[in-house]
Amino acid sequence: MKHTISVLVENHFGSFDRVATMFSGKGFNIRSISVGETEIEEISRMTIVTEGDDQIIDQFVKQLNRLIDTIKVVDLTGSPRVERELALIKVTVPKGAMEEIKNINDIFRGNIVDITNKSMTVEVTGPPDKIDAAINLLSAFGIKEIARSGIVALKRGEQVRIIKEKNLTT
Amino acid sequence: MKNSGQLLSGADIFFECLRQEKVEYIFGYPGGAVLKIYEHLFDVDFLKHILVRHEQGAVHAAEGYAKASGKVGVVLVTSGPGATNTVTGIADAYMDSIPIVVFTGQVSSHLIGNDAFQEADIVGITRPITKHNFLVRNVKELAPTIRKAFYIAASGRPGPVVVDLPKDVIAAKCHFHYPEEVDLRGYKPTYKGHTNQIKKAAEIIAKAKRPLLYVGGGVIMSGSSEELKIFARENKLPVTMTLQGLGAFPGSDELSLGMLGMHGTYWANRAVDSCDVLVSLGARFDDRVTGKVDTFCTKAYKIHVDIDPTAIDKNVVVDLPIVGDVKHVLAELAAEMNAKPDTSAWLAQINEWREECPLSYDDKDGRLRTEFVIERICEKTNGDAVVVTDVGQHQMWTAQYYKYNTPRSNLTSGGLGTMGFSLPASIGAAFAVPDRTVISISGDGGFQMNIQELTTAAANKLPIKIFIINNSFLGMVRQWQELFHQEKFSFTDLSASNPDFVKVGEAFGIESYTTSDPKEVDGLLEKALAVKDRPVLVEFRVVKADMVFPMIPSGASISDMMVKRLNPKRML
Ligand SMILES: Cc1ncc(C[n+]2csc(CCOP(=O)(O)OP(=O)(O)O)c2C)c(N)n1
Ligand SMILES: [Mg+2]
Repeated sequence: MKHTISVLVENHFGSFDRVATMFSGKGFNIRSISVGETEIEEISRMTIVTEGDDQIIDQFVKQLNRLIDTIKVVDLTGSPRVERELALIKVTVPKGAMEEIKNINDIFRGNIVDITNKSMTVEVTGPPDKIDAAINLLSAFGIKEIARSGIVALKRGEQVRIIKEKNLTT
Repeated sequence: MKNSGQLLSGADIFFECLRQEKVEYIFGYPGGAVLKIYEHLFDVDFLKHILVRHEQGAVHAAEGYAKASGKVGVVLVTSGPGATNTVTGIADAYMDSIPIVVFTGQVSSHLIGNDAFQEADIVGITRPITKHNFLVRNVKELAPTIRKAFYIAASGRPGPVVVDLPKDVIAAKCHFHYPEEVDLRGYKPTYKGHTNQIKKAAEIIAKAKRPLLYVGGGVIMSGSSEELKIFARENKLPVTMTLQGLGAFPGSDELSLGMLGMHGTYWANRAVDSCDVLVSLGARFDDRVTGKVDTFCTKAYKIHVDIDPTAIDKNVVVDLPIVGDVKHVLAELAAEMNAKPDTSAWLAQINEWREECPLSYDDKDGRLRTEFVIERICEKTNGDAVVVTDVGQHQMWTAQYYKYNTPRSNLTSGGLGTMGFSLPASIGAAFAVPDRTVISISGDGGFQMNIQELTTAAANKLPIKIFIINNSFLGMVRQWQELFHQEKFSFTDLSASNPDFVKVGEAFGIESYTTSDPKEVDGLLEKALAVKDRPVLVEFRVVKADMVFPMIPSGASISDMMVKRLNPKRML
């Protein structure tokens, strides 16, 4: 099963590596990973999508928590959350297809961010399945390149302040 | 003593920090990247540097020091090959949760990443085998980093920490301040167990008919042997120990069932299989203990006390987890016991199993056997020595036949199973506890893996008893070949190639003896034990091709336990 894991981590030398190494060390595949700063300067948030049995992921979240550099690790799977991803999709523009591509772009509330007489780059933001759908429709014209940001996610509802202590009890 | 606030070089700061951490010994080996540190070391008088003969030896020595003393072991090596030579030792310390801090030299900051001479990314290499590691990028970070390194190594579930020191950082200067407090917001070990969980555990133990304490190295590390003794004796609870747990509870006590697991005693494994409440204290349900998980201890309500939350439900799903320091939890648990379980019938049952299938070996044919040697060593030292074994059959026989009376006495490589551990680890132990008898027991194979440390033992006149159990084979591997690999004894026969161990010892300036006669054993042991000012080496030439029993094959169940050899023709 797919899991979205949110990791708050010290933003210093080697700490992202440590988290990523843990995935390979325990034999997990990273489907997507994104890293960025948070409201606190020296803390970054890594959002990682991976696959595995619930019990194994549970154990794995504890292992991530055990790292000295991680401040908070939560498996967001199963809790109400907002998930967003951004994709840049470069499509070939066959003769006369320009309008149709623009239509698809509008339906997905995308932006056309680059255009030549042979290709167009569409920027789509949204939950991953929306992006999959856009890619699916655009592939009819011939896709040249895709760049996806990987998912960023937050729990819905009131904000939980970054806590000073890790939740280590089981 | 340098004043706080004084302008100091990185090298001076390094030693000031070690002084603050009350470091007594560094096990090390010099080289280009740490020359500046060695320059300053020359004038340092508050600690002793022990020159090993290979960096792996330095790490095992630091492990031996840490395990025997309970303090943090310290290593100092140069960059590149010096650093990579420490890797096996660091992995060993990681697997067995031993607190050590390894300082590695590094090329100058501006050269990092350039494939500079003697550069190795030791922080990258050791990331998965350290509790944490640091590259110090600025001399201002040096003191706070060393403070954190010692704190992380020793607290919570202990483990190795690497601190990588670039050459320019060591040479640079800054004002020295040693931080008093360490605040790591991502690291807050839980020491105190959950009170309600402990109450519940006490109720369940009090009602148990067939309770069993399953004790691991965590009890020794947390210094809770006394608490354990009181708890087990007060409530008449039988105790079985893991390889690392041996010594946590006196092996000669009638409540001790000895070791469980693959080469554990018949009665300990039967007890695990039949108990109705299993209380795991500082143990981790390792696969050498459980065998096949589906058939392991199926009838029991399982209580698991561990300081490391990741140890819980990792291999075996338990009914009642208690995250906390065993010492705190045991004290609380003892206080919460409102009634005692009636275990008399259960203890009688265990004693029946004890008689049904005791540990035994052939002592009639006049040939020398490891079991006999270990029994004699135990007898002559009253079970009070620090016994440091290597890896293999002799290790398992020592675990079975040496009845450790006290904690911090059994030093062995359990998790990683590192051959070559014993000799250097015994050197560390000899420095840690100079008033105790330190015995190193190696196989003929493993002894050759860190044989260079004979120099370190001799040069420091350490009164280590260096015992070699020579069965002319990589015995444990040979045993597996006979049992599970169609008797293809592929590359395990050392008889034609082993050196003359007495001559080896003598070449290093060590008084050395050999015997293959059981009747000579006591005399040689007495002679060796009487020497207090230098090492002594004794080679015991034992029967070749003996096997360790009982044995539950890897991944198998208690019902698959083998208690004796099936093909006696294979005995040599
Ligand atoms: C560094 C290392 N290499 C290989 C092994 C695999 N191994 C485990 S036990 C063993 C045999 C050890 O032989 P010896 O030291 O003579 O001890 P014995 O089993 O004969 O008592 C070997 C090769 C190991 N544990 N460690
Ligand atoms: Mg051997």
